[in-house]
Amino acid sequence: MESRMNEFKEELRKTLKEIAYPLIAILISFIAGGILVYSFGKNPVVAYTALFKGSLGDLNKFGETLVTVTPLILTGLSIAFAFRCGLFNIGAEGQFIMGSVAAVWAGWAFTGLPPILHVTLTLLIGALAGGLWASVIGWLKAKVGSHEVINGIMMNYIAMYMSNFIVMTFLNEPEKAYSFAIADSAKLWRFSQAFVQFKYSRLNAGIFLALIVALAAYYILNKTVRGYEIRAVGYNPHAAEYGGISVKKNIVLAMIISGVFAGFAGAIMATGVQYRVNNLFGFTGYGLDGIAVALVGNNHPIGVILSAFLFGILQKGGPLMQIQGIPKEVVGIIQGIIILFVAANFVRVVAEQIKQNKELKRSIEKGEVE
Amino acid sequence: MRGGIKLPVVIEMKGIGKSFPGIRANDDISLTVEQGEIHVLLGENGAGKSTLMNILYGLYQPDEGQIFVKGEPVKITNPNIAISHGIGMVHQHFMLVPPFTVAENIILGKEPSKGITLDLDKAIKDVEELSKKYELKVDSQALIQDISVGMQQRVEILKTLYRGAEILILDEPTAVLTPQEIEELGVILKSLVNQGKSIILITHKLKEVMSMSDRVTIVRRGKVVDTLNTKDTNIDELAEKMVGRKVNLTVDKQEAKTAAPILEIKDLKVLDSRKLEAVKGVSLQVHSGEILGIAGVDGNGQSDLVQAITGLAKAESGEILLNGKEITNLPPKDVIASGVGHIPEDRHKRGLVLNYSLAENSILGSHYSKRFRQGLGLSYQRIREYSRKLIEEYDVRTPNEKVLAKSLSGGNQQKLIVAREIDRDPSLCIAAQPTRGLDVGAIEFVHKKLVELRDEGKAVLLVSLELDEVMTLSDRIAVMYDGKIVGILDANDATEKKLGIMMAGGSAQDAE
Repeated sequence: MESRMNEFKEELRKTLKEIAYPLIAILISFIAGGILVYSFGKNPVVAYTALFKGSLGDLNKFGETLVTVTPLILTGLSIAFAFRCGLFNIGAEGQFIMGSVAAVWAGWAFTGLPPILHVTLTLLIGALAGGLWASVIGWLKAKVGSHEVINGIMMNYIAMYMSNFIVMTFLNEPEKAYSFAIADSAKLWRFSQAFVQFKYSRLNAGIFLALIVALAAYYILNKTVRGYEIRAVGYNPHAAEYGGISVKKNIVLAMIISGVFAGFAGAIMATGVQYRVNNLFGFTGYGLDGIAVALVGNNHPIGVILSAFLFGILQKGGPLMQIQGIPKEVVGIIQGIIILFVAANFVRVVAEQIKQNKELKRSIEKGEVE
Repeated sequence: MRGGIKLPVVIEMKGIGKSFPGIRANDDISLTVEQGEIHVLLGENGAGKSTLMNILYGLYQPDEGQIFVKGEPVKITNPNIAISHGIGMVHQHFMLVPPFTVAENIILGKEPSKGITLDLDKAIKDVEELSKKYELKVDSQALIQDISVGMQQRVEILKTLYRGAEILILDEPTAVLTPQEIEELGVILKSLVNQGKSIILITHKLKEVMSMSDRVTIVRRGKVVDTLNTKDTNIDELAEKMVGRKVNLTVDKQEAKTAAPILEIKDLKVLDSRKLEAVKGVSLQVHSGEILGIAGVDGNGQSDLVQAITGLAKAESGEILLNGKEITNLPPKDVIASGVGHIPEDRHKRGLVLNYSLAENSILGSHYSKRFRQGLGLSYQRIREYSRKLIEEYDVRTPNEKVLAKSLSGGNQQKLIVAREIDRDPSLCIAAQPTRGLDVGAIEFVHKKLVELRDEGKAVLLVSLELDEVMTLSDRIAVMYDGKIVGILDANDATEKKLGIMMAGGSAQDAE
């Protein structure tokens, strides 16, 4: 029991350490954003107050922020999971779209099922559709070696137009640019059904499901044989192959799991928020934002939760900032700076530089170096 | 000073110091090179000899110390300045353009021109004159990709001479050569010296020091241990000074007690990544209780042979049997499970996941086995216990089993791989370049473990480019040339000369 506790503590310490750098990068980005606002002749304190009030000001706003956070967690996990296997799943957007459409179909087509069964089935079908869509990319990579980024982008367009085709034909609500609505039995439980404080938010049980998936992703990656193999392929496919690990099999599997997460995100949006699919004029953005979420979360499931939360705040707080006379674009700029800092690994590079200098100084003091 | 005559000093490095984060690579190193001598810089891997030469060639800047060329203090801030002072360097890995001709490579960077066009005729003439003058035989119009490694090295030397080098630095020049080519290199170096050039030779091979050099400076852990006249010293003294303690250069082993064959290869053919036949019909047997060494110059199909046995490359045709059971073209997982241990030639590419902890690396290849599982997941507690056991038994120097594999030194990384592959109790152990880049202590250790394995009745297939290693460890020696086994000798009958002839493609009869 003692050793279990220690193991847990160690794990926690390691996790914290992994997300420390992005955290500092975020802090610096906020300061930089503040300077920017100040240079426009506005008060940064007012700007940030508006940002947080707009996203966290009351339970309804908080609820709406979590509505945005939910799919971001899942698409972030999707990107992060694939990345651990050395794959860049830019196709999460397409998998999200397919997840939505499949879920709406399941939510509409099956009737007369008990709600708990129907909603579970609907979510599963959505997730599987995402996995299936991703498997094409994984299979192409493993079989003929074509790059997952190119195929991912192509599959995104195919998904978008296929979704529109389905929405405008056999799932079409007549005379409307969207699909049929799903049956009530396929809808996720909403907070507003039980708490009056959440009356004006669409917050639903999806947030819990997203958190559970994050924990599952962490477990799969770090505690199972499959995760061991997937990470080994991601770090060093040659060594993995040498160790009897099938690189191709793991590429396809990692891609499928990644797609399941993205598809699940789409299914939750369909069953918890929109209840239908619109005819899309462009990408939903959830899959693409997932890339930034995964990057800032350091591709770590726990980090992804936190960074999805941050991106949710930024997206939902922007409008109130604008009301205060501060251009909403500042939010975009802060997001950009965060990503830039994290992508360039700026904080880590600087921190390591400082550490090296300290070491050198110490050895000089000890007289090892003249 | 040699033979009582004081020769002019061409290079003097005084009190050179250079630190990298965490290590002191050079610490107050002083070195003098006289005109017309071959001066060896001897030291183990990581002793700081390459750092020192990179400083002299302008690739690194020293933290302190001074450099004098022919008595003049100089600041060498980049290789062009080094070249202008007459210093030339031949790197361990050749810097040649394979589809260019010999002449084109030599003039590269200092091309003779006619107006705005390249004067190739003059280039060829210049190169041929140079080649005649220094007796460095090359075919100036051959393509680099078509000529032997020995000739490529001559091209590299000519390249430095073409730029007017008076002082040549050669970094581990013999690593890629056959014994005969090494001998030729010795002759070339002597003739260069006779024409007034000075040569600094970086090496860790003691035999070459004795046969090639006039003086030797021994470096250990960034410091100069001693500078000796070669004729006043011997191999044992040099070894002791290089390592810092008495070393046992021979391997103690009993007469081999061979039994039934464990590995049988029949007419194996393997294609390389370019779809060219790299192994052209090899047949071999490795018996229980013996070490079969495969000698050969790099790139003669040894790697492809090992990869085919271990399932990492596909066999085109032929059969591989392990304990009588066919393992041809089984996936690596099944090859491992059927009892093959494999110490790979490139430990960073194949042997380890550098970003994994030692614990995680300890189970690579048996990670799916029941003993490391618990319920749905892996039992990290048991994995760590197992790793601790390996670390202790194989003397891997590390703070604990949780550090990443990349933070260990090469020797300790290799010990972990050896531990993992041997502890799995394989009936055949394939050791490819098992001591490359290791220091003497680690080499002794790996050799001892391989001999132990053989004495337990396992079969060991050793592939090494170091002829000394093959000769001291093996019971039988197979020589590989151009994808074929040109002959198999009993270790007792093998001499360096015989093996050398065979490594260049001669048959065992030619070698007699």
